[in-house]
Amino acid sequence: MDRFVFLLAAGLARGAVLALFALSLVIVWRTARVVNFAQAAMAAAAVYAAFAVTAATGSYWAGLATGLAAGAVLGAAVERGLMRRLPAHAPLPGIIVAIGLVMVLQAGLAIAFGPEHRPMHPPFSQRPFVIGGVPVLSPYDLFTLAAAAAVMTGLALLFNRTTLGLRLRAAAFAPETARLAGVRVPRMVALGWALSVAAASLAALLLVPTELGLNPHAVDLLFVNAFAVAVIGGLDSPAGALLAGIGTGLLVSLVTGYASASAAPLAVLALMTLVLLVRPGGLLAAKEARTA
Amino acid sequence: MRTPLRALLLTVIAVGGTFGLDPFRNYQLATAAACFAAVAGLTVLVGLTGQLSLGHAVLMAAGGYGFAYAASAVDGPAPLALLVGLLAAAVVSGLLGLLLGAAAARLRGPYLAGLTLALVIALPAAASTLPLGGDQGARAPFFPVPEALSALIAVEQWHAWLAIVIAALAVTPLVVLRSGRAGLRMRAVLDDETASRLSGVDPGRVKTGAFVASAVPAGLGGAVLAIATQQVTPGGYGLAFSLSLVVAAVAGGLGSIGGAAIGSVLVTVLPWAVDELVALAPADLGQRLDGNLAVLLFGAGLIALTLAWPGGLARLPRPARLLRFATPSTTTER
Amino acid sequence: MRNFRPLRSAAALAAAALAVTACSTPGGDESVPGVTDDTVTIGTHQPLTGPAAAGYSAISAATAAYFEYVNAKGGINGRDIEYLVKDDAYDPAATQTAVRELVTEDEVFAIVNGLGTPTHTSVLDYLDQQGVPDLFVSSGSLTWNQPRVYENTFAFNADYVTEGAALAQYATEQDPDAVICVLGQDDDYGAGITEGVEAVVGSNELAEVQEYSVSSEDLTAQIGAMMSAGCEVNVLGTINGFTAMAVGTAAQMEWFPKWFVSSSGADYPTLAGYLGEDLAPVLLQGMVSVNYLPSSAGGEWDALFRQINDEYNDGAPYTGNTIFGMSVGHLFAEALAAAGDDPTRESLVAAVESGDLVGNGIVPLSYSADDHAAYRAVGVTVVNEGVQDYAGPVYEVAAGGQVTAIEASPVPLENEGIPG
Repeated sequence: MDRFVFLLAAGLARGAVLALFALSLVIVWRTARVVNFAQAAMAAAAVYAAFAVTAATGSYWAGLATGLAAGAVLGAAVERGLMRRLPAHAPLPGIIVAIGLVMVLQAGLAIAFGPEHRPMHPPFSQRPFVIGGVPVLSPYDLFTLAAAAAVMTGLALLFNRTTLGLRLRAAAFAPETARLAGVRVPRMVALGWALSVAAASLAALLLVPTELGLNPHAVDLLFVNAFAVAVIGGLDSPAGALLAGIGTGLLVSLVTGYASASAAPLAVLALMTLVLLVRPGGLLAAKEARTA
Repeated sequence: MRTPLRALLLTVIAVGGTFGLDPFRNYQLATAAACFAAVAGLTVLVGLTGQLSLGHAVLMAAGGYGFAYAASAVDGPAPLALLVGLLAAAVVSGLLGLLLGAAAARLRGPYLAGLTLALVIALPAAASTLPLGGDQGARAPFFPVPEALSALIAVEQWHAWLAIVIAALAVTPLVVLRSGRAGLRMRAVLDDETASRLSGVDPGRVKTGAFVASAVPAGLGGAVLAIATQQVTPGGYGLAFSLSLVVAAVAGGLGSIGGAAIGSVLVTVLPWAVDELVALAPADLGQRLDGNLAVLLFGAGLIALTLAWPGGLARLPRPARLLRFATPSTTTER
Repeated sequence: MRNFRPLRSAAALAAAALAVTACSTPGGDESVPGVTDDTVTIGTHQPLTGPAAAGYSAISAATAAYFEYVNAKGGINGRDIEYLVKDDAYDPAATQTAVRELVTEDEVFAIVNGLGTPTHTSVLDYLDQQGVPDLFVSSGSLTWNQPRVYENTFAFNADYVTEGAALAQYATEQDPDAVICVLGQDDDYGAGITEGVEAVVGSNELAEVQEYSVSSEDLTAQIGAMMSAGCEVNVLGTINGFTAMAVGTAAQMEWFPKWFVSSSGADYPTLAGYLGEDLAPVLLQGMVSVNYLPSSAGGEWDALFRQINDEYNDGAPYTGNTIFGMSVGHLFAEALAAAGDDPTRESLVAAVESGDLVGNGIVPLSYSADDHAAYRAVGVTVVNEGVQDYAGPVYEVAAGGQVTAIEASPVPLENEGIPG
């Protein structure tokens, strides 16, 4: 029982990071109808910026702000410089450009900074509170959960309660109609990319201090799992990303603890197959009508 | 009947061409032929039915494992072992393709991409959980040069011959299939599922069938790699390799078999060629450039190529061909 | 275009006819591949890029630096050693291409220190068929020691079973009642360590065996399980990054068991890089490991290697990987010197099998015609106040896992570290 509680607690914090990264994929899918395969490499680049600033100023928070800003700028730049030049409604060129971008960014980072792992220190202790003899969440885990929750709430409010959010959604779902209604669609798409990559950078910034250290490949596995999470939850659904993210985080933690680490990817694959067999559009699938 | 004849001619020319290559290039040729078989399957799948699979490396691996175990189990003459191995490769990859196809029939673009991506990531885990030899993989039998030829050609060249013939056997039926009724059905489903359903074409069955038709050549490609390297390891069929198959299909132009050949040669030779160029540069550029620069240039080239010609290489210099196949090329752009 | 086709086929046929004699025909060449009057060209495959590059990419750089030093001093038997390093990114498919290129294009004399179990396994049969000497493989798998099957393949690392048995022996000698657990990588590294430990303590005597996968950088679940199983001595079959992560994760849980770590994951400078210079001496205090290379700071080998590292390796960080890389280079130079004035692939393999090579370890090399393992004995090292040094017995491990204590027999430095 102790072990179960411990594994649940460990899975919760990992799940929050997963959900946040999956949410970033959902945002870019909703605004631009592409799955951004370069999300991991772009987030890693942003974390390098954060790392450099933290190393120079000694302030974690200055680094965090820089990382988010770098992610947003990079997202907008990639949309303006690359993605916009591709033919609309053809998903493959976008995927190929993204794969090319992954190669350029990861190789570029490795040339600039070397392949070494650079340890990043968390701003809060990672020593868990012990409740009833069981170590549960650490202050850093709580920070992770709070940050992820705050960003997700903020994005939900932005998309659902503000005129800007309305424009963003309109530009994504009905670009022609939105343009006629006076929405600057290209600007909205660039903004969506900026928001998305910033959110992904935050997820990466939260993840890296719990790992071996920053390296060009530090975010790769997070992307793969988050893509699975986004698909399980439904690519159109932020709530689905949250639900599936937490669920997958718990599943991976439990499978690793009770079975073995190498069974975890199989468990994710099995969960995904199961969900897609029952609901081909993901757990919280959007209505069929819009997609037909 | 023109397609088989043309395939035969091309095969003969390719086999003749191996005499112009040294052993290492012949090895690269065998690798490229293996990729060609897989990419041809992939390009037909994506180009004609619009289903994006990121997991064709796993289908290759399935064929490779099938070949390795079946061919090792045969205690007979080499041609028999080869034949049994190839059959097993086709069956195993075809079955996996059937499973994936059944799932794919229910899923739309990015969902299928997500499922196949998870499949690639799970391959090493599956190799260590199932009795597939873990990281070290399975050993495939070695096919030495037949006695009669052993004075004439090296083993790499012999393997290149096998690779070319198997690739031809894998791809030719695909070409026939594509230009026949099945190809028409696939395009119909891609164009408009509802309309095709109304005219009596079941989109689910067409999609599943297309997946199987695409999986079998990929599996045979895996068998070719197993012959050339005498080994099947999960690490050899990772995400990078799987994505490079997609890159080859797109670089060559989706739906185009000739493009698949160009794309396969590109992804096989280009990284190596860039590395050779880097090696020519002064060594004091430091360890960091080693390997990385090749990846960087390859990525930049890929982006530039896609931005310039989103349709792929095969659509570039041949306006006459574009005209002739105007209908399929417009549908494959989606 | 159509009109040109016959012409092109004719040209191809002509080229083919020419090539039959030129390019592709096997045999016929009398000279020794890779050996000229003043050079010997050898090659290796190493992960210079990709996730495994961290740490491991330093090995080939150190080996190359040692060869530069040798060449600056006149080479071996008048020949400079040219060391071709190919990147395989720890991807077996890339290894196969890289090694074929080394063998057929660059025509190397031998493959030296190819790194990694899955990667090198993929070229083992090929090198055997081509008759290329496959020296000093950089992995502790038992695969490399099969003289009957792979006549030209020789291991360099002490194998994982040997290390696991030695670590378990030391643990039981320190405290016969200790609760021993294992955390291992989910491949033959972890399996080998577990096998060695069980050979000493008995199978099914381990309180907990956990494994991890390199692709998932999170040991929380595993460490939690070991903590709740009441483990006192944790034997680790982990690479450096995951050793640091295991120690760090346990410390976060306020858990401070004893750490007994395989040599592949117990390099103090590398671990300190992960854990931070301030925390490392505290967290790693008392960490037990094994080694067989001259790693003692202040020793004569150490001084020479540091000097070579400064002069020929741009003063790169000096770690266990540096010592490893240079020791490999030294052993190859010794084998080449012993292969005679006109070395052939056969004489090179015979030189290694002769049993006359001494290497630079703290225990004797065990190469012979029947044994292609380099080291069958290892010395226990302990970290004390941030310094890792030999501080315990030296164990010899027989094939069945029986452990006996022996005397260390370090090889003295001669002729400025240049064999010949």
